Amino acid sequence: MAHVALADKGQELAHPKTWIGMYVWSQDHKIIGIQYIITATAVGVVALILSGIMRLQLGFPGVFDFIQPDEYYQAVTMHGMIMIVFMLTAFFLGGFGNILVPLMCGARDMAFPYMNMLSYWVYLLSVIVVCASFFVPEGPTGAGWTLYPPQAITEGSAGADWGILCMTVSLALFVVAFTMGGLNYVTTAFQARTRGMTLMRMPLSVWGIIMATILGLLAFPALLVSVIMMTLDKALGTSFFMPAISSLGENLAHEGGSPILFQHLFWFFGHPEVYIVALPAFGIVSDLISTHARKNIFGYRMMVWAIVAIGGLSFIVWAHHMYVSGMNPYFGFFFATTTLIIAVPTAIKVYNWVLTLWQGNIHLTVPMLFSIGFIFTFIHGGITGLFLGNVVVDVPLSDTYFVVGHFHMVMGVSPFLVVFGGIYHWFPLLTGRMLNDTMGKIHFWMTFLGTYAIYLPMHYIGILGVPRRYYANGTTEFLPDSVQTANLSITLAALVVAAAQFLFLINIIWSMFKGRKSSRNPWRATTIEWQTPDYPPKHGNWGKELPVIHRWAYSYSVPGAKEDFIPQNEPPSEHTRGEGKV
Amino acid sequence: MTATLIVLALIMGGLVFWLIRQTINVQPWAEEGPVGQDHAGGAYSVPAAKIGLIVFLGVATSLFSLFASAYFQRMEFGDWRPVAEPGVLWFNTALLVLGSVFFQRARNAAVRSQANGVKINLLIAGMLTFAFIGGQLWAWKGLQEAGHFLSGNPANSFFYVLTAIHALHILGGLWVWSQTIFKLQNKVEVYKVRTSVELCTIYWHFLLLVWVGLFALLLST
Repeated sequence: MAHVALADKGQELAHPKTWIGMYVWSQDHKIIGIQYIITATAVGVVALILSGIMRLQLGFPGVFDFIQPDEYYQAVTMHGMIMIVFMLTAFFLGGFGNILVPLMCGARDMAFPYMNMLSYWVYLLSVIVVCASFFVPEGPTGAGWTLYPPQAITEGSAGADWGILCMTVSLALFVVAFTMGGLNYVTTAFQARTRGMTLMRMPLSVWGIIMATILGLLAFPALLVSVIMMTLDKALGTSFFMPAISSLGENLAHEGGSPILFQHLFWFFGHPEVYIVALPAFGIVSDLISTHARKNIFGYRMMVWAIVAIGGLSFIVWAHHMYVSGMNPYFGFFFATTTLIIAVPTAIKVYNWVLTLWQGNIHLTVPMLFSIGFIFTFIHGGITGLFLGNVVVDVPLSDTYFVVGHFHMVMGVSPFLVVFGGIYHWFPLLTGRMLNDTMGKIHFWMTFLGTYAIYLPMHYIGILGVPRRYYANGTTEFLPDSVQTANLSITLAALVVAAAQFLFLINIIWSMFKGRKSSRNPWRATTIEWQTPDYPPKHGNWGKELPVIHRWAYSYSVPGAKEDFIPQNEPPSEHTRGEGKV
Repeated sequence: MTATLIVLALIMGGLVFWLIRQTINVQPWAEEGPVGQDHAGGAYSVPAAKIGLIVFLGVATSLFSLFASAYFQRMEFGDWRPVAEPGVLWFNTALLVLGSVFFQRARNAAVRSQANGVKINLLIAGMLTFAFIGGQLWAWKGLQEAGHFLSGNPANSFFYVLTAIHALHILGGLWVWSQTIFKLQNKVEVYKVRTSVELCTIYWHFLLLVWVGLFALLLST
């Protein structure tokens, strides 16, 4: 295993001189990461506003004239798709992946910087196309984020012409962008690690990001296949998914297509997508907890293998999203079993986070608050997942607000808390300044308590039978009046939580210019992104010499060491050897 | 989805096997210091571009196996009327096989640093590939003339889509091929294009395999 250092080819990095070269057409992984983060945040704000529109209708039905059924369904659809694909996936892999993988592996840049740049610009194009659908005739698609045919492409559904085409094209572009980025993250972690950075010395953040990328590379093709076929069904009249159907009194030309085939393809992407979002969060939160509890992560090897096991298992659980599609009961049994099995490695991770905290020197910094908040929301969302993974429990709860509450807790709130924790943690690395602590704590408590105020009641109204995606519940015998009271309370909480996010954005902008200057390694972390010669790191990251790694990423509170952390690149010495090994 | 699951099981199995070899008996918390042992970390001697290509081949394998899974599922339905594959596909297959052979010859010449050999074999391989694309278009024309249009029947739709996606992958490869030819034309030394030639060769072999798989799928149904 000779060390032919791709990572050492510092001289081959082109250092641009112009402002545009440095910050717009940049090939520097950190700038590209920031570009991803800014774009994902911008489109995330759009999705946040769309959720506000939904909540206004549900909390105050009929009060706002501008929210008619079509607009409501469009808001539901676009909120879901933007948040899952264009916001969270892009933020974790394009944003954190770009910034952290080369820095934490000790590389100068990504393996293919030009392709990395291209990845961002194609991603931006996909975001522009999906946002353009707000301005096409009849507006964006309103078929729900799952885009099920025949509804999605049949006249009468909102945005069934231009809206759905914008969506399918933008998703295809996103897959292309992701593939270009993903090849970079994986190749960089495999090929460009610096000397001494063995696989088992990599921080868990890198493990999470890389495994999520591998999942994405294998699962996004399923999305690509389904949107290609859907586009052809819509634009050229094929019948991949479209069955023989009458629409608005006319028999359409389609015959015999299979909407269930679309569901299989969609969820073959859709379920791994949950872990594409979750695994980077698992990795990052492990590093945050270890750093801010000043204690090595509990069960590192088990954590790595849990990430790998979750990744592998995530490909054989997809049909638990389809229990009510009329599948063979034996299939249901199989998928329920695999779904329950995936809870085992996930539970291992949760236990290990808690055991890392146990007897740790816990610092309740803002990143730590968000990390502990994540453990709460993830356990909550994970346990309701066990309910829904069982066929007999899922069937009555399917398409109710219980499902909405579950998936928001497990793959909405939880990853977002880690995104926030990660930003509070690494903001100083990129800007040299700290985020305001007080605003951060207000942001945390409003978000954490607020999300419980939003999503806990959803579980209750879901059990009562309130269906998801309904514009209005109307009058039924089985829904008590208190459902509307709950909906009103959820809406008020949602508006407060949304306001808190703007406080966070203000904090970012204010601190970027006026924030307290940070020290070189403000959290006293062991990982090497804090050890660059320039702070914040410049293009090329490492100056003349690459760092040499001497230990794993979790040497906190080592007995006999002079400080309570030993950076990965600090050579062994009498001081650090002490009584125990590191 | 059986086809896809088999492919993914193989990919994930390979990954897990490789990881086990990297991680077995490794106790990162108990180790300190020197590098240069078995697991020295750092880059492997394989060029990054080659690893990138291999990862991409995994992505493309997933894509084509998903199409195959969709094909198998869709053909279960009653409206499926198999389409008679145009005979020209056999000829096209032969062109692609020859293309792969000449790429291999170009690669061998590159290893021996024979500039002329690389250039001539690359040019022939590229021309054969263009002829393959032309042949595929010819097959499309034949189907159209026989009244088998894209939306006429799901079997037709799959035929057009599968051949088009495969051809798009080939066009992507031809772009890299054209860059390599351009460099050779500008008297760039052979060792500088060796990796490109080698990667093109791997890619062409892969696309040949994919085509053989797709063709077998089309013929057998």
